[in-house]
Amino acid sequence: METILAVGCGVIVAASIYLMLSGNLIRFIFGLVLATNAVNLLIFVAGRLSEIRPPIIPENALAPVKPLANAVPQALILTAIVIGFALLSYVFILFYKTYAVLGTVDAETMRVSEHKENFSGRKSEAQSDPHPVREGDGP
Amino acid sequence: MNPLIVLPLILPFATATLALALNKNLERQYKASLLGGTLHCAACLLLLANVYRDGMTVIQVGKWPSPFGITLAADHLSAILVAITGILGLAVIVYSRVEIKPFLRRGGYDPLLHILLGGVCGAFLTGDLFNLYVWFEVMLMASFGLIVLGREKIQFDGGVKYVMINLFSTLLFIMGIGLLYGMTGTLNLAALHGAVQSVPNPSVLMAVAGIFITAFGIKAGIFPLFFWLPVSYHTPPAAVSGILAGLLTKVGVYALIRLFTLVFITDMAWTHDILLVLSIATMITGVLGAAAFQEVRRILSFHIISQVGYMVMGLALFTPLALTGTVFYLMHHMIVKANLFLISGAIRRAGGSFDLEKLGGLYKNKGQLAVLFFIPAFSLAGFPPLSGFWAKMILIRAALENAAYGTAAAAVGGGLLTVYSMTKIWGEAFWKPAPGSGRNKSPDHPLDPWMMAPIAVLAGMSLIIGLAPGLFISLSERAAFELTHPEIYICAVLGALP
Repeated sequence: METILAVGCGVIVAASIYLMLSGNLIRFIFGLVLATNAVNLLIFVAGRLSEIRPPIIPENALAPVKPLANAVPQALILTAIVIGFALLSYVFILFYKTYAVLGTVDAETMRVSEHKENFSGRKSEAQSDPHPVREGDGP
Repeated sequence: MNPLIVLPLILPFATATLALALNKNLERQYKASLLGGTLHCAACLLLLANVYRDGMTVIQVGKWPSPFGITLAADHLSAILVAITGILGLAVIVYSRVEIKPFLRRGGYDPLLHILLGGVCGAFLTGDLFNLYVWFEVMLMASFGLIVLGREKIQFDGGVKYVMINLFSTLLFIMGIGLLYGMTGTLNLAALHGAVQSVPNPSVLMAVAGIFITAFGIKAGIFPLFFWLPVSYHTPPAAVSGILAGLLTKVGVYALIRLFTLVFITDMAWTHDILLVLSIATMITGVLGAAAFQEVRRILSFHIISQVGYMVMGLALFTPLALTGTVFYLMHHMIVKANLFLISGAIRRAGGSFDLEKLGGLYKNKGQLAVLFFIPAFSLAGFPPLSGFWAKMILIRAALENAAYGTAAAAVGGGLLTVYSMTKIWGEAFWKPAPGSGRNKSPDHPLDPWMMAPIAVLAGMSLIIGLAPGLFISLSERAAFELTHPEIYICAVLGALP
């Protein structure tokens, strides 16, 4: 079972990396969702899978009966899910606003903050071509 | 048990809540923010004084004994960084009184700033790896909000890149946490020190160490992973750039220092050699990147990267002297770098631009700003007797003592190239006559004392660190002593050596 889940983790991570690298913000979000879930699964598997008792103290007893399942990974995953959800909703809003402002979801065309000429908030349309073709260039 | 250690965490969140409640009345909101920042700064300094007097302070949250509950632990390193966080927080709050416009305040500037401060202090103080992840997220959420606060085109563009890469780094971080937990069964940093030494498969442990280097390397901005930093730090208002530049990458550096002095020290020939190579590449690429740009804040952003290289270099050399250098460098750098970004905002106000080509004549028109720029800029470059000189000298000496001549040469070269960038800003913005029509027409905005006061105080601190380095070196030495003797940390957290 651990092997299957471990391989599954790997496949999901590979798919998520593919989506994240495809240069489209929408795909990036789906990649992020997948990666978050892969990591949650990883923590779950790392905490050992076992079909034993849940760590609950029976009635009229002072200690739970051993052996017990490990409850820590579940607690970690729960925290990670909550945080991941908050981040995800933020990313959705941010990307939506970005689309509204920049008019594109293509990462390749998002270069506003990287232009050398454009840093002081000035429009760069009027700028000359940074790599002008000189006569005599070429073969 | 000392309740002082929780104050740097509680105060920012209380202030943030109060500031959010007062969002309708901006003047009152600012007053609450200023009051909260002052108290926070005082609490942070008090914590440092306490740690300096009594040694390491530890508190077990909710009285859960150590490997099971969350531990907050302040050794000298943590306390120093928390104290500087408090100082920078207060400086930026004062500075932002005029720099942050009302519509940004209505957008939640003050609450976000305080949440950021709380998150950073939490990351410095926690003794638990998963809790560190949670503080990282708190801090990141606040910084995500701050970086797009003005809703400019350029901010969304920079913000998206910042958010994407940082989210990926937190995913790597929590992946590392999961794997480490699977191998050792604990996430308490002190308990991990012992647990990793009995891991059956040390080579897998080194792979996990690699995941942590990558995750924190992205946060810290080390060599092949820094690309998010120079495309985003120059986009928000100068006050926001200042606090992000002063604090965020340094949290990554802190996490590297903590993990690679306390947990991953089983195979230093592997992990610390990687860090050394990365640090040299970071120092050099950072300064070379800075040389290519003409915008003040982009130049400064690339210098953050280069400076992070110096700090990681001290960690990689791993001698007491080198770690002393790293801690001293952190102290000096956080103050100087935040101050330079604040000054860039003042330059923008006085000269109307961040662009060196459009700036000029500030030496003539704004003499006091020139003096205040000179101190941190040449401190960053390492001119004696300013604070950066001692920081670089300690590190280079540590490299020479370790016979790491190439590293020492890279550090010296990085320093020289820093001088080049700083003289470029100095020459272009201050000495060159103001460009454009009219003979040096006086800039529109007089410099506001609310902006100049924090700049002057931070510059004064750089001077004090430079002229009287004794106290600061002794603080760094104590921090380095604790870092090279992890049993001190472990005894303080767990009560006894396991």
